[in-house]
Amino acid sequence: MTSSSQPFPVAGAESSARGVKRHHGLVRAAHWINAAVLLGMIASGLQIYMAFPHFGMKGRVYPVPNPFDSNSLHQGFPEWARLGGWLAGGLNWHFALAWPFVLTGLVYVGFLILTGEWRALLFRPRDVGPAIAMQLYYLRLRRDHPPQGKHNALQKAAYTFIVILGALSALTGFAIYKPVQLAWLTTILGGYELARYWHFICVWIFIGFTVVHVALVFLADPASFRAIVTGWYRGKFPSHG
Amino acid sequence: MADGQLDRRDFFRLGLVAGPAALVAACGWDGGAVLRPRLGAISRLNDWVGEHVLLSSSRLAPTYDRSQRSGTMPSYFISDNTPVAPDAAGWGLEVGGLVRKPTRFTRPMLEALPRLSYTVKHHCVEGWTAIASWAGVPVSTIAAMVEPLPGARYLRFDSFDENYFNGWDLKSAMHPQTILAYGFNDQPLRPDHGAPLRLYSPIKLGYKLTKYLTRMTFTAERPGGYWEDQGYPWLGGI
Repeated sequence: MTSSSQPFPVAGAESSARGVKRHHGLVRAAHWINAAVLLGMIASGLQIYMAFPHFGMKGRVYPVPNPFDSNSLHQGFPEWARLGGWLAGGLNWHFALAWPFVLTGLVYVGFLILTGEWRALLFRPRDVGPAIAMQLYYLRLRRDHPPQGKHNALQKAAYTFIVILGALSALTGFAIYKPVQLAWLTTILGGYELARYWHFICVWIFIGFTVVHVALVFLADPASFRAIVTGWYRGKFPSHG
Repeated sequence: MADGQLDRRDFFRLGLVAGPAALVAACGWDGGAVLRPRLGAISRLNDWVGEHVLLSSSRLAPTYDRSQRSGTMPSYFISDNTPVAPDAAGWGLEVGGLVRKPTRFTRPMLEALPRLSYTVKHHCVEGWTAIASWAGVPVSTIAAMVEPLPGARYLRFDSFDENYFNGWDLKSAMHPQTILAYGFNDQPLRPDHGAPLRLYSPIKLGYKLTKYLTRMTFTAERPGGYWEDQGYPWLGGI
């Protein structure tokens, strides 16, 4: 790696021939455990959904958009996309994986708060302008890459949003897991039937996020993939700030 | 060296994480012989949290107006046909086990006791819900009459719907909304909903609500259940 390959100066961060240390081991562990767990949560969730592939009450389907509404169990999600084999198996996977899903989320957010790293990740009002500039660049309406710190404004928006989405997934999940004991939560979300719908919507946003997230990693900054695996970054963007 | 290139070791590390996840996702299994018992152990942990952390003995499930009742309330039993008591005229609920005064309750005896009725939302483990009215005697009223011994920690409910039965924690059973129901939507309980007597509670999933009751037994050991023994969460509390 030579300095000529760097459009932005790198200073202050721990650096060596291996690159710049970008992700703490806790962050990498939380990322990959959460990725595997989320895959299992979605697959077992699709299995659970198959037992009643509608939203609303019995005999009173809610007029919410749902391309996956089905009157035949054979029209449901393919077997390769499901985990658990049957309803009880799906439930047991789902409620077991919920622990590491929530715990890795809390460890990650706790780490960001304790180390102050949230500053490089939290999307704030001042990031709106740079986010538009970044979007123009991606749309090729702007020639030069806008200056950025460890993450650009669009990345901040994405990584702030995904933490909120994770929290919403957990909250909507708890609301339908204990709709009587946590009735206050279920009520805030519009009742059991709607909370179950929001929980389902979270799945598709997660899937959409993952597709874009992975595509951008390899299209925009392949070096960041190595960084989230090994911790070391030797790409072209600054790794701090 | 080109930016972002991975070496073999990186791929190995990634495989450690992604490999098992992909394998599990691809199989669609319930955990297999190795993982299923571990998932069961976590389910027992969730039961513990559900009973001791989340369940309140006094928090009441929301009640609804009769006008909000669902048009449909599915009936469910495991027998091929609607179960009928072997000796319908001589039917009685045997309450025993770890109690001081084992008692046999006939339907008139139960109907003479203070009656509780409510309109509540039914939650099925499958994910559907339905609102209906139920009327009956609180299980806590029966418990006070038979006087459980100190060693009694669970309740077992048996039925004449083949071998359908359930095990309950005492805390849920003594909840003020847990009743032995003989009335449904202002009418006597119908055979397709568990007549002559069924367990009802808005704080449990439907599969915990034993229909076609024959016996209610106080036990020291945790009883299983028809679906629970096949893998469904034991507590089934909501």
